[in-house]
Amino acid sequence: MQKETLRIHCSNGHLGFAPTKEESFWIGARTKPDYYCCDSGSDDIGPVPLGADKCASHREWQKHDLELMLLASRQQGVPMVIGSSGDTGSNSRVDMYVDFIREIARKHKMKKFKLAYFYSEVDKEYLRKKMEAGEAIEGLDSRSNLTLEELDKTDRIVAVAGVHPFIKALEMGADVIIGGRSSDACVFAAPAIYEGFPEDIAYYCGKVLECASFCAEPYGAKETVIGTITKNDVKVTAMHPEQRCTVASVAGHAMYERSNPYYEHVAGGMLDMKDCVYEQYDEKTCRITGAKFVPVEGKIKVKLEGSGKVGERYLGMAGVRDPYTIKHIDEVIKWAKDQVEERFAGKEYQLSYRIFGKNGVMGDLEPVKESKSHELMIIVEGVAPTKEVAEEVAMIGMRQIFYARLPEVKGTAGTAAFVLDEVVEVSPAYQWTMNHIVTVDDPMELFKVYTTEIGE
Amino acid sequence: MKTVKLVDLAKTIRSKNAGTDRITFDIIFREKENYDLVRKSGALTKGAIAKLFDIPESRIVDFVEFGPAFAIKFTINRLVPSGSFGEGDIFGCQQYPPLLDIEIPV
Repeated sequence: MQKETLRIHCSNGHLGFAPTKEESFWIGARTKPDYYCCDSGSDDIGPVPLGADKCASHREWQKHDLELMLLASRQQGVPMVIGSSGDTGSNSRVDMYVDFIREIARKHKMKKFKLAYFYSEVDKEYLRKKMEAGEAIEGLDSRSNLTLEELDKTDRIVAVAGVHPFIKALEMGADVIIGGRSSDACVFAAPAIYEGFPEDIAYYCGKVLECASFCAEPYGAKETVIGTITKNDVKVTAMHPEQRCTVASVAGHAMYERSNPYYEHVAGGMLDMKDCVYEQYDEKTCRITGAKFVPVEGKIKVKLEGSGKVGERYLGMAGVRDPYTIKHIDEVIKWAKDQVEERFAGKEYQLSYRIFGKNGVMGDLEPVKESKSHELMIIVEGVAPTKEVAEEVAMIGMRQIFYARLPEVKGTAGTAAFVLDEVVEVSPAYQWTMNHIVTVDDPMELFKVYTTEIGE
Repeated sequence: MKTVKLVDLAKTIRSKNAGTDRITFDIIFREKENYDLVRKSGALTKGAIAKLFDIPESRIVDFVEFGPAFAIKFTINRLVPSGSFGEGDIFGCQQYPPLLDIEIPV
């Protein structure tokens, strides 16, 4: 029988990135929601995790958050849904989350339940074939269409799923869903659509819940909120005793991390929030009506994210305190760059300086041209095809700040202060090579859903 | 003319990635009065933002007044995607401070 209302529990806007706060989690859990849903990924974290196929979040926090959700959802016999597993939603991250679920179930001797998982990675050859057949892979956000050269430079691609693989998993009887890369809002919209609620309501519900307590005030992340939907409205309620969902906090959240506050695109259509009406329903609850979901005309377009390796990378750090050196810092950097070029002329390398105290944070966007800092911290980044060259580039680039030749410098025993007299190896440099869309005949063609039984 | 700094009128002034290729800026007011004052002042426009950051207006891809939240929002294209070689702010969340000192005529 179709439910009159549906209540969805969201405890973390990026599961595992920082641990879920337990007090509000259990306050929410005691109200017996119909679903426990969380998104666990983001493209905010830069291209390294996707390219290198690793997490940005700590393993113990991911397990902690999954354990809370699995305990509550299994105790109450309701589904739990995770999207964009392990920060990137790559296949290995999905497998890792499935293993975590297995481990947690074993630890708590849980009874048998059905787990569904789906993959989001896209094979380069799949796209190459389409491109060679003359199909355009359209660029998003002012990017040009994908070139074969950009495709070649890409190491890993994920497609961003809409509601389709989640709904498929629910239809297969899943108690727990571990999803690959997916649109945040769809993790919540899918169960609502599956339960028979209108798309307008379902997608808006997803939009407002996706970041958990970011839609509440006062500011405080990783606290639980609950979305309650009927066929006509969405209500969102803060679970933390000190937090409230207000018209200002919920409307304000509509703008967060997005170029335009009125429109949200997902695989399958667009959520139009232009005519949303926000009302204070009770002290902790905001009620929203008027959102519209506009299904795509024609074939479905799916967003693709791709990351490609640029090179091995080392970092060095150098501090400067001498006011004369600070005044002439651009000459110092030029000197150091020239020394690297002298050694590696004609070889492939990249060298970057970020000067904190001058414009390290903002670079060219910094309007303050005249630094008033009495000290500077210079971060030297060296990138090259091999570790040996990257290390040497960063090392020369850093050490030559120490040996900079300025005509009137008083300190002739070294013009830089070192926190470490070494350079450190960090993750290789990667680049977002793809922020594009691909047109598909069937929204499921990029997402394979599998099921397995877990528990005793 | 008497002026007040934007920081003294707005509740929230922030910046953040909007995807991998853009940074979006939000200026949110507690009261409708301040929201109206700023949006009608002519001090916070595409042109003013372009001048402040010393970028061509074409890099500003969205400039929206968002009534339900008493907010003004604009978005700029990054020259290279977030987290690329030479990055200084992967999340794009420390690009707003120059907005704080914008003088609003009152």
